[in-house]
Amino acid sequence: MFAHFDFGEIVRSLPYLFYTGMTFTLLLTALATFIGIVVGTLLALMRLSGISFLTVPAAAYVNLMRSVPFVLMIFWFYFLVPYIGQWVTFSAQPLQVGAFASSLVTFSLFEAAFFCEIMRAGIQSIPRGQVAAAQALGMTYPMVMGYVVLPQAFRNMVPVLLTQTIVLFQDTSLVYVISVTDFLGAASKVAERDGRLVEMYTFAACVYFVISFAASRAVQVLQRRTAIIR
Amino acid sequence: MSAMIDIAGLSKWYGATQVLKDCSAAIATAEVVVVCGPSGSGKSTLLKCVNGLEPFQQGRISVDGVSVGDPKTNLPRLRARIGMVFQHFELFPHLSVRRNLTLPQIKVLRRSADEANAKALRLLERVGLSAYADKFPGELSGGQQQRVAIARSLAMDPIAMLFDEPTSALDPEMIQEVLDVMVGLARDGMTMIVVTHEMGFARKVAHRVVFMDKGEIVENAPTADFFENPGSERARLFLSKILQH
Ligand SMILES: Nc1ncnc2c1ncn2[C@@H]1O[C@H](COP(=O)(O)OP(=O)(O)OP(=O)(O)O)[C@@H](O)[C@H]1O
Ligand SMILES: [Mg+2]
Repeated sequence: MFAHFDFGEIVRSLPYLFYTGMTFTLLLTALATFIGIVVGTLLALMRLSGISFLTVPAAAYVNLMRSVPFVLMIFWFYFLVPYIGQWVTFSAQPLQVGAFASSLVTFSLFEAAFFCEIMRAGIQSIPRGQVAAAQALGMTYPMVMGYVVLPQAFRNMVPVLLTQTIVLFQDTSLVYVISVTDFLGAASKVAERDGRLVEMYTFAACVYFVISFAASRAVQVLQRRTAIIR
Repeated sequence: MSAMIDIAGLSKWYGATQVLKDCSAAIATAEVVVVCGPSGSGKSTLLKCVNGLEPFQQGRISVDGVSVGDPKTNLPRLRARIGMVFQHFELFPHLSVRRNLTLPQIKVLRRSADEANAKALRLLERVGLSAYADKFPGELSGGQQQRVAIARSLAMDPIAMLFDEPTSALDPEMIQEVLDVMVGLARDGMTMIVVTHEMGFARKVAHRVVFMDKGEIVENAPTADFFENPGSERARLFLSKILQH
């Protein structure tokens, strides 16, 4: 059956697929991971603060994000972010927010909920004695967290964080619902144009597989290298 | 002599259980006090109250004239002046030995990197570990880690040192090297509260021994009196058990 396949079109459209599509996908993945980890870490600190006006909203946020279908979030943000922007900036018209900015906000906020739970587990894995020792040396809360707890929590959690990033990399393909040209979007445009759906989607699946598989192997190697000797 | 550490009528509860009952003791400058007593008697809790790691509900503690329980007291600043050594060392495993010693000096005392480093190397030399400055804690033996932990506390130029069973997590052959460092400190006139069951150490350097049981300070006597002639039945029983080993 492969005799009927025509992979020539794929070769000709590679620059478009990778330069336009994959760049978007990787950029979105990297930025959303970065923002997600920063926001997620702050959420984790809120959840662990023991102060109810911090723990309650943080927990509510995480539970909300985890119980709404992601595609819905993408849609909802796409239509809502311009109005939130308008409200925040007091402008007369809805803010012009591109699809990239909109997806970035959505993914970052969504991933923050997952990274929050990962960092929370990471922080809790650090023995209480470490905190006591840091405090006994005169460190303030930000120093204890910044120099002692978070670096260790982060190191312990790198494999889990990266695994979540690989999931995120695959999830970015959901931006097709707002017609963004990410890798999958680019692939489907080429496929529609040439009527070569099977070849194109097979190729796209292979690319996602190869990248995800290679990345998860790399995570395993990294895990062995970065473990803190205790 | 005025008291460096003054504990007066200290009581503490964890929820509904009282773990410290009306404890009072005064530790003078350059005095070495050994605290002993059965497991769960509140020795660690007492130490943690002294540097404000644990809050307490009743009584008063002052260190060098600063009230620990006063909400206006800057606890981090006070703690920076009181060294504490833990049973499980609590070195920061992600930092090199050198960095363990320099980080608190730089961040808390705002010393320059050069000054902190010079101090770190001087103290590592003092505990006999200059060759290990660029190793990580996980690469050291327990005894070596505990000596690094002592050096890390000393780098802050503490006015007093608290030790919570510093040798009880060590293999027997490593206990002496840590005790030797502590004996040196005591001889140099450091004010020390040492929770330990090393009675040899107590006899050698302690000025007084405090015996605790069930959250109370049952005995607080000069070292010789404590060993020769313990005033309470509970202390006598404890001593006979511990000296059998
Ligand atoms: N965080 C805590 N929450 C509740 N109870 C605690 C807590 N820490 C200690 N306790 C209780 O307080 C009492 C005193 O504990 P502490 O650790 O001070 O005893 P200790 O004399 O140091 O004993 P050990 O020789 O076993 O170290 C014990 O009954 C212990 O169970
Ligand atoms: Mg204890």
